[in-house]
Amino acid sequence: MSCRATVTARLDPKATRATLEPFELVCPAGSLPALKAAVDNGADCVYVGLRDATNARNFAGLNFDDAAMATGIAYAHARHRKVFMALNTYPQATNPALWRRALDHAAASGVDAVILADPGLMRYAATQHPNLRLHLSVQGSATNHDAINFYHEQFGIRRAVLPRVLSMEQVEYVVTRTPVEIEVFGFGSLCVMVEGRCALSSYVTGESPNTHGVCSPAKAVRWQETPRGLEARLNGVLIDRFGSNEQAGYPTLCKGRFDVAEDRNYYAIEEPTSLNTLELLPKLMEIGVRAVKIEGRQRSQAYVAEVTRVWREAIDQSHLKGHRYIAKAPWMVSLEQFAEGRQHTLGAYHRPWK
Amino acid sequence: MEMIASSAPATHAMPRLALGPPLYYWPRATMFAFYEAMADTALDIVYLGETVCSRRHELRLADWLAIARSLRNAGKEVVLSTQVLLESGGDVSTMHKVTGNGDFIVEANDMGAVRQLAGHVPFIAGPHLNIFNADTLRLFAQWGATRWVMPLEMNRDDLATLQAERPASLATEVFAFGRLPLAFSARCFTARHLDLPKDDCRFSCLAHPDGLLMKTREGEDFLVLNGIQTQSSRVYNLLADMPDLTRLRVDVLRLSPQSSNMAGIIDLFDVARHEATGAGRALADACALQVAPACNGYWHGRPGLDHVVQTL
Repeated sequence: MSCRATVTARLDPKATRATLEPFELVCPAGSLPALKAAVDNGADCVYVGLRDATNARNFAGLNFDDAAMATGIAYAHARHRKVFMALNTYPQATNPALWRRALDHAAASGVDAVILADPGLMRYAATQHPNLRLHLSVQGSATNHDAINFYHEQFGIRRAVLPRVLSMEQVEYVVTRTPVEIEVFGFGSLCVMVEGRCALSSYVTGESPNTHGVCSPAKAVRWQETPRGLEARLNGVLIDRFGSNEQAGYPTLCKGRFDVAEDRNYYAIEEPTSLNTLELLPKLMEIGVRAVKIEGRQRSQAYVAEVTRVWREAIDQSHLKGHRYIAKAPWMVSLEQFAEGRQHTLGAYHRPWK
Repeated sequence: MEMIASSAPATHAMPRLALGPPLYYWPRATMFAFYEAMADTALDIVYLGETVCSRRHELRLADWLAIARSLRNAGKEVVLSTQVLLESGGDVSTMHKVTGNGDFIVEANDMGAVRQLAGHVPFIAGPHLNIFNADTLRLFAQWGATRWVMPLEMNRDDLATLQAERPASLATEVFAFGRLPLAFSARCFTARHLDLPKDDCRFSCLAHPDGLLMKTREGEDFLVLNGIQTQSSRVYNLLADMPDLTRLRVDVLRLSPQSSNMAGIIDLFDVARHEATGAGRALADACALQVAPACNGYWHGRPGLDHVVQTL
């Protein structure tokens, strides 16, 4: 495939426009088998996290220990793919050393970039590891060029991941006003709130993405069969109730059913649905977006393999066909099976959000 | 009973009172009348400006500046706040007008605003900038912040750590009253409730002066929809935690506007800051004046919706 960059190629800071560089497919891995599945199915880059609160998918049984990290990086690098490490929660006041150690560890392990959200940690990285490539995490909530350029000027970040809140015009507006590479989410579970600006989970459970790397944590979930249906509670708060004919979904608190005034039992904030921008891929490439990211470090090896395969094919087709590209029906069907609630949305790219 | 340490100078013991930026969309006349009433309260500081949604334009920047001048004439320190979530080029331009106003100090509520202010003029680092640790706090001080607002999610033990390490030039402000602004989205949930697209929302927030209540399916008050912002239904209230706030030398307490009884709430905080030991009784009085039951869980390191009763 034509669109692979070599691992060792560091960007010339002066070569700023995305057109000089290939468009990258960035895929999630919560385990070594998932990392291998991503690489084998055509990911250009795989992003991973450690087994602690330093990243925003701090789930039991997930993520990498030292040995798995070393093996995973070697596996990817042998095939000329990149590995990014997410250290994208906010170092907490009483234990910042946990995050600094993780960063030192990432630098020593040979990852190709670290994905950070906290300015203090960025300063530490820029000072202690000046050759380490820094990406601004979506948890940094940077939605405009002023914010992104500030991180660039202060810490030399090379790439920013945009929150899932901007329309196509707004993404283009940002891309044309910054030397920083722009990465956007293409597929996966959808945060309807601006990442890094949502404390709903800690309001109910005491733990949030910002502070603990979790949202609606499993340990706070209780399932209960009742005469009224199967109830899903988060720290005692009723998030949803499912009839016998309904498929019960995980009680992420912004995707439950609630009552507002006379409107009963509706998805007041967001349906359980996944983002899928496959049909917008040529436009994203055309406006100078540098990389597309697949959500789901908490998902299965099978998810990673199939979603990566479909997106690899779509990106290659888009390169080949340009404006004649269409999102093929089998791709959409294949992605559908992995979508939350088996539903897709274009999210902020479609009109009701604007 | 917890007493203020007798060795602490009195100047450190009493926090100043700030009125946070208005989070709701009130009619123009209501807004002007509200701030006229605020001029006569014990408030030391007033934050002004639209921070939630660029479609809200009952007041324009010129109107906010007019209110700012009249409050300054009444002896208040006035701060202009920037919008938290900037999406369009228009949003960024509006932010530039606020940061470049040349007269009033600005509260930066996103890193784009920080870029406009850093190294140029002193500024206040708002509560949504996620300042959770001493390294980041020091950076903001270097960039020119003279005050920072603790993240809503932070607890008193973490604050104690940061208070011990904070640069001398930096004052600390804590959100101490009001429904908590927990989340921001590109979507408008008030418009969604009416099945309207956001760009044709018909300014439906005007109908909900304290937000639109969202209940669980068993009728429990849970969250409040406020346009693109989601708030707690419970009212965060640290009145009874005044001894903690004083002990930790918090410089400013932020009270977030509600549509009714705001002057009464301010009075209770004013009394409590003068005599922290009566804070428990003051909380009971405040509960009669606020729009929903109280919570203070975040302060105590618990889920935000919890209400921890201190035994003094």
